[in-house]
Amino acid sequence: MEKVMGLASDNGVVIFSKSSCCMCYAVSMLFQGIGVKPVMYDIDQDPQGREMEKALMKLAGTTAGPVPAVFIGGKFMGSTNDIMSAHLSGQLLHMLKPYHSLS
Amino acid sequence: MKSSVHIIGYEFELEKYASFSPQTQRRLAQNREAARKSRLRKKAYVQQLETSRLKLVQLEQELVRARQQTTYTTQPNGAGIGTFEMEYAHWVEEQHKQVAELRRALQAHVGDVELRMLVENGLNHYANLFRMKADAAKADVFYLISGKWRTSVERFFLWIGGFRPSELLNVLLPQLEPLTDQQHAEVCTLRQSCQQVEDALSQGIERLQQTLSQSMALDQSIGGSYRVQMAAAIEKLEGLESFANQADHLRGQTLHHMARILTTRQAARGLLALGEYFERLRALSSLWAARPREPT
Repeated sequence: MEKVMGLASDNGVVIFSKSSCCMCYAVSMLFQGIGVKPVMYDIDQDPQGREMEKALMKLAGTTAGPVPAVFIGGKFMGSTNDIMSAHLSGQLLHMLKPYHSLS
Repeated sequence: MKSSVHIIGYEFELEKYASFSPQTQRRLAQNREAARKSRLRKKAYVQQLETSRLKLVQLEQELVRARQQTTYTTQPNGAGIGTFEMEYAHWVEEQHKQVAELRRALQAHVGDVELRMLVENGLNHYANLFRMKADAAKADVFYLISGKWRTSVERFFLWIGGFRPSELLNVLLPQLEPLTDQQHAEVCTLRQSCQQVEDALSQGIERLQQTLSQSMALDQSIGGSYRVQMAAAIEKLEGLESFANQADHLRGQTLHHMARILTTRQAARGLLALGEYFERLRALSSLWAARPREPT
């Protein structure tokens, strides 16, 4: 859990993913589409991947898988469902304002 | 008291009867017989109705039980989809009724309270469809996203197992005018967010196709590698269920936000327009199938 929270607070926008997870890819594409470059962290490529996955499962609860797990400003924002809902309500854009890339 | 009056009346009738001609007497007897037969027939008919009604109640109970069983027990894919097809047919019927209700209510200029109820019903009905689809996705995701359960023209517009929400917004917008500037801005923002989510999901599915295709293209026929390759492919395909669910989540959210942005009357008009649009597409599918063609 510490590694997860550490990585999350070190970076503005982090998406924990797995290299084989296409939904994680979809969420990263959404962020890029709205002008934000998230840090993608593949937990299956990390030696502590198993523990990280357990920690993320705890955060996700029963309705979602461990990945994708989105953190903004060090805070856990949720999985795919939460992110999609937040985008339609306008909340996501609001939260991502400070992280827009200028390129 | 009553009985003595009755007997007196009866005796009076007897006296009257005795004074009639034989033809009249015969006719009266025939009438009595006909009436008696008619009563017997009616009695038999009513008994038949009662039996049928009981049978119907029994069948309905069996149906509910059977549905519950197919939903809650693990079963081969066929059974779950069978349930879905049946429930979807009911869903379409109910949709048709609701559309007719909305049309009637709007034409009759009913009050906002009644309209609000109709709008809630309509939104709940769509929510039910998404729930049904989520169950179907668990049973057989390929069946769901192939759109086999939809008519041909609907299938033509298919995007991840259903309609593209941003496209539906385009269908709706002209029917909702006049909108305030505020509403216009909110709808445009919603449509843009919708399109962005659609693009993201589309890219995700494309990636799934590409990576699956690439992994299947490798010849891993040596020993354990084949099993690993197939296991990885199965894991990939399991991801499809999330895409189907997210697409429906997007559709549901779009409806929810539109209902929030619009007034009750506008929302009712919107639901009517949507329902009629789907009905027209279905009708087109039937007409297309039945169109006259050159014999080959």
